[in-house]
Amino acid sequence: MVTMYSVRSKSVLFTCCLALLVGLHTPLHTTAENATPEEIGLNIAREADQRAEGFGNFTARQTMVLRNKQGQESRRSLRVKVLEVEDDGDKSLFVFDEPRDVEGTAFLIHSHKLEADDQWLYLPALKRVKRISSSNRSGSFMGSEFSYEDMGAQELEKYTYRYLRDESCGELACTVSERVPTDKKSGYSRQLVWQDRDELRTWKVEYYDRKDAHLKTLTLANYEQFLDNYWYAGEMTMVNHLTGKSTDLTWTDYQFRTDLNDRDFTQTGLKRVR
Amino acid sequence: MPRSSASYSALFGVVWLWLLSLVPGTSVGVEIADYDLSGSVSIEGRWYPESALYPGQRDHASGFVLEPEFYIEDVKGRSFTLAPFFRYDAADPRRTHVDLREAYLLLFGEVGANEWELRLGVDQVFWGVVESQRLVDIINQVDFVEHPDGTAKLGQPMVHGTLSGDWGVLELFGLPYHRARTFPGRRGRLRLPLVIDDDNIRYESGAEEWHLDFAARYSHSFGPLDMGLSVFDGTSREPTAQPDYTSSGELNLVQYYTQIRQFGLDAQLTLGPWLFKLEAIQRAGALNLLGREEDYVATVVGGEYTRYSIFDSAADITLFAEWHYDDRGRDAPPTRSPGTFENELFVAARLAFNDVQSTEMTASFIGDLGRATHSLGIGFDRRILDNWSLHLEAIVLLGIDQQDIHYSTRRDSFIELNLSYNF
Repeated sequence: MVTMYSVRSKSVLFTCCLALLVGLHTPLHTTAENATPEEIGLNIAREADQRAEGFGNFTARQTMVLRNKQGQESRRSLRVKVLEVEDDGDKSLFVFDEPRDVEGTAFLIHSHKLEADDQWLYLPALKRVKRISSSNRSGSFMGSEFSYEDMGAQELEKYTYRYLRDESCGELACTVSERVPTDKKSGYSRQLVWQDRDELRTWKVEYYDRKDAHLKTLTLANYEQFLDNYWYAGEMTMVNHLTGKSTDLTWTDYQFRTDLNDRDFTQTGLKRVR
Repeated sequence: MPRSSASYSALFGVVWLWLLSLVPGTSVGVEIADYDLSGSVSIEGRWYPESALYPGQRDHASGFVLEPEFYIEDVKGRSFTLAPFFRYDAADPRRTHVDLREAYLLLFGEVGANEWELRLGVDQVFWGVVESQRLVDIINQVDFVEHPDGTAKLGQPMVHGTLSGDWGVLELFGLPYHRARTFPGRRGRLRLPLVIDDDNIRYESGAEEWHLDFAARYSHSFGPLDMGLSVFDGTSREPTAQPDYTSSGELNLVQYYTQIRQFGLDAQLTLGPWLFKLEAIQRAGALNLLGREEDYVATVVGGEYTRYSIFDSAADITLFAEWHYDDRGRDAPPTRSPGTFENELFVAARLAFNDVQSTEMTASFIGDLGRATHSLGIGFDRRILDNWSLHLEAIVLLGIDQQDIHYSTRRDSFIELNLSYNF
């Protein structure tokens, strides 16, 4: 006699991808004399963060292919809307198209730089908007190898940084930095990030769990530049080294500076979403 | 997803033009921006392991459900949604039913710094925050034959206007038509000894089902606190049953709906992994169990707590507890079987595996703190292929007190299996 409303399709935020993706034209001088590795690491991150600013808003489509150790595949399809907010974290809206049993389920996030994010879930079968907890950091998003944390807005303030070394990544010259999450609820002890020196695009991230075991590796590819300024990756692959599972995330149909505004990211807007 | 078939496009275009011709000030030549056909087909079997109390009652309720949804949107963002519902039940003809769950035109725009939205037609509206009861929720009638938990709703004709801004959200409803609650027939389980008539419905208002009801709700978020204040003035959604003879001379029960006024409050405080919840109503004009008019106050307080990634796995566990109170005490009429919510405790746990199949298990208990009425619910949900999902459920009536009106449902524990194809 009891029905509880599943939060099965809860979160995901891929603004991650915003910070990961970023880049610009000016080469960065990360090895200024006398700077400590911590200062250089922070400078790289700050520069990347600044270069990501000013996109306004965008919409895009995401397709995820989840693969287990035996190679069995499962598909997820969703639409994403992101609104840049000055002096705070961005607002994001995710609408699920597949799997079909969660079609129309929508997830709204108001992310914040320091305090916890606000999150609402829309359950179309009940027409119910439910405010949900945002303290789930390390949980799997939709059964994929991406966690809520990986998907969440990668605000500058959410890590401390340390530059480690220069290393070539393919044909590009990259820097390798370590970042340590400031959130105690994070599932990671640290992450290693490979970024090219010219455009500060992220090409690889290694994730280490709380026992400092190498848990996952994210690789990014098919970067495309939008508005003559912003670099966004078209392909992301997350491999879990402990389970052998992987998830391919493909971004398509990017549209920037659409007519989205604040009203599309409210609880009333959430009920209207398709 | 058939978002791109030419024949659908043409069909939807015709429907759209016809709809827009109903809205003043629109010209012909509307451009369709998006359309979609989605929904589900389910087969369902419900078994009642204990033999029935009343002659004619069946030991199963099996059949299928069709729930398609059509959606069409023009380039200006105006949309029309059509969602019919059909259930066939092999055991109880009264459970075989058709409904229009949704059929509404949605328009919205901006006025200064505010936004307006208008929904015209048949729609469903959800108010509230708790899980085990619908206390403040009042716009839609309950489709009770669907499930005794009372969460399924009949479509409600309405004009629903919303104005929102930095100051909050104000919603106004005009409800021109009343839907009577659905009840099981003679062959159905989970019923009273006498069958409730579905033809002969009585109303306090002379306008009967055409009484124009009004409702309003103001809601706003203050940091971690979300709250809503609501008012409803019109025909009650909860019937009182009056014994009477049918034209064929058979004794049955007739639904009677009074005029009520209800004030409601709902609030949720979200703090880390904790959600704290409150719903309360004050209602005037309702009849109590003795058939006398009695104003009352009812509340639900409770919350939920989630523990993420338990035992280093991907699984989460959520614990729920809610307490129901009604100041009419034992004179509170039962709003759904078997509980009366005058002093009841609900506790539950949900285990979500967060796997590819979205596997979930739930276990819940609801019991009267004064009487021997207790029941247990167990649920299991899993997606078995990308488009197929499985729902398994058991409702175990541990006991129903002889003084409770639902004593007649004491042998109606059931097991249900539902297989859905989602498109």
